[in-house]
Amino acid sequence: MFDAAEVERIRNDFPLLGHYQEQEAGGRRLAYLDSGATSQKPLSVLEAEQEFYERRNAAVHRGAHQLAVEATEAFEDARAAVAGFVGAGEREIVWAKNATEALNLVAYGFVNASAGLGGPEAERFRIGPGANLVITEMEHHANLVPWQQVAAHTGAELRVIPVTDAGRLDLERAEALVDSATAVLAFTHASNVLGTVNPARRLVDLARAHDAVTVLDACQSVPHFGVDLPALGVDFAAFSGHKMLGPTGIGVLYGRAELLDALPPFLTGGSMITTVDYQQASFMPAPQRFEAGTQPVAQAVGLAAAARYLAETGMDRIAAWEEHLAGRMLAGLQEIPGVRVIGPEEIGQPGDRLATVAFDVEGVHAHDVGQFLDERGIAVRVGHHCAQPLHRRFGVTATTRASAYLHTTEEEIDVLLGTVAEVRGFFLR
Amino acid sequence: MSLEQLYQQVILDHARQRHGNTVPISGLPEVPRPPYFGHSHQVNPTCGDEITVEVERREEDGRIVLRWDGQGCSISMASASVLSELAQEAKPDEVAPVMAGFQALMHSRGQGAPDEELLGDAAAFHGVSRYPARIKCALLAWKAFEDALRQASADYPDENGDRSTGAGRNEED
Ligand SMILES: Cc1ncc(COP(=O)(O)O)c(C=O)c1O
Repeated sequence: MFDAAEVERIRNDFPLLGHYQEQEAGGRRLAYLDSGATSQKPLSVLEAEQEFYERRNAAVHRGAHQLAVEATEAFEDARAAVAGFVGAGEREIVWAKNATEALNLVAYGFVNASAGLGGPEAERFRIGPGANLVITEMEHHANLVPWQQVAAHTGAELRVIPVTDAGRLDLERAEALVDSATAVLAFTHASNVLGTVNPARRLVDLARAHDAVTVLDACQSVPHFGVDLPALGVDFAAFSGHKMLGPTGIGVLYGRAELLDALPPFLTGGSMITTVDYQQASFMPAPQRFEAGTQPVAQAVGLAAAARYLAETGMDRIAAWEEHLAGRMLAGLQEIPGVRVIGPEEIGQPGDRLATVAFDVEGVHAHDVGQFLDERGIAVRVGHHCAQPLHRRFGVTATTRASAYLHTTEEEIDVLLGTVAEVRGFFLR
Repeated sequence: MSLEQLYQQVILDHARQRHGNTVPISGLPEVPRPPYFGHSHQVNPTCGDEITVEVERREEDGRIVLRWDGQGCSISMASASVLSELAQEAKPDEVAPVMAGFQALMHSRGQGAPDEELLGDAAAFHGVSRYPARIKCALLAWKAFEDALRQASADYPDENGDRSTGAGRNEED
């Protein structure tokens, strides 16, 4: 875990945080408690991108000149760095524009295979009526809507593992819902609303027992604690660069090598083919077969710098600090009259809850709560956080969500708590 | 600009005591639709606020009967309540200038001086125009109303009914 001095040192690495600290005297302070939506960037990430453009920018995997070779090297080194960060092999990492695109890539791989594309290797991804796809009630729309599309294309049934009132997955129901007809079990590693961390290993075992493909939404896990994807045993996983200190415009799909090589491509065009004639084309092996068109090269370089920054700081220490903040936030919020936490109210075992806390303030809409907090320089997210069905499940249309990261201080949490305590007095006057 | 100016007492009061807020009949299959009737459901996809507005043109005099229901922040709910108060039993050509005035006020970026005589309680929303993220909240009900009124007026046998939808040209949201 960090001490206050270390958090201060970390904060100094983030130019945006420094900018608002300087302005504090002038009145505008910023407590950024919206890292769950997107994270701020340390200087090393900004510099890595700039350095790439200043010294090594050229088309990758295309040119024969020296600069192109260097750009390609930077690009592939970035892949290796990100792969290493999640314990994967280089060939198991595919770049996408964000996690949403990465999840669609897998979903449309199933759709394309089911339409007959991909040859005999793609057999494993062919599904039709009678098959089922299992997701959970706590999915972000990014890991829900694409599976609805797969169901619509193939006639497969979409099943949903319920969430308990306490905000945890109902694992008994999961065991009943996953069966021999299950083609896919797609679930989030950590909920962007409830903060729940799901028992991934256990769910993977369940899926494997029925020969189902697992797809992990790792958007909220990879940024916040150490994740070894091969050790979890998932078949596919997706995460976004911008939530883990990296640039926007880049996301990552992880896939076990043998599956990636067999999955039909999603986007097609240049850079992903071996030979093309007017009637057909054959495709490169993974990861190139999924990387059609010019890639987000500088962003990949920036993301690798982010992974390095996180690894050097230490994922276990980051996780411990965030867990400490989560405990403080949960305890404090629950002391405020009229405030209800949506999600686990406490940390059960170490590692089972993020410092992402959604809550409802009785009698005051989340939008109004957010406006009140913003007026005091506290940035939180309000709304349904791309999880409408989950909000409906908890009987609300919107919540206020505070999410911490490695640079969040205890003081920021306390300012949040003190300000939330004033909300009802203002609006119910 | 302080939060008190944004959230004026009138707004908070309307958000609590909602004028015209009843169950819409468009969701009740057993209730027959009146002859000159329109309904509109609008959502704000970023925050999930939603509203249904129903407009009926009274057969005998063409005046507006308005019902609405919704879920959302105090700005959106208060705005619907104020609209309902202003439009209830009014003629379409009486509300057209109010709608135009309110739209203009919302897009005034805090510069507009509200015409209190024209806008009534809706003038209290002038502070909202400084908060781009909240303008949509304030306009949600008005957008639904405009749509529902257009439907209700489509077959109503008067020329004014057509002119009343003139405000429909302001389509910003
Ligand atoms: C759990 C989860 N899944 C998926 C996403 C989608 O990420 P992106 O918008 O970067 O594709 C997010 C972020 O909003 C998320 O929190």
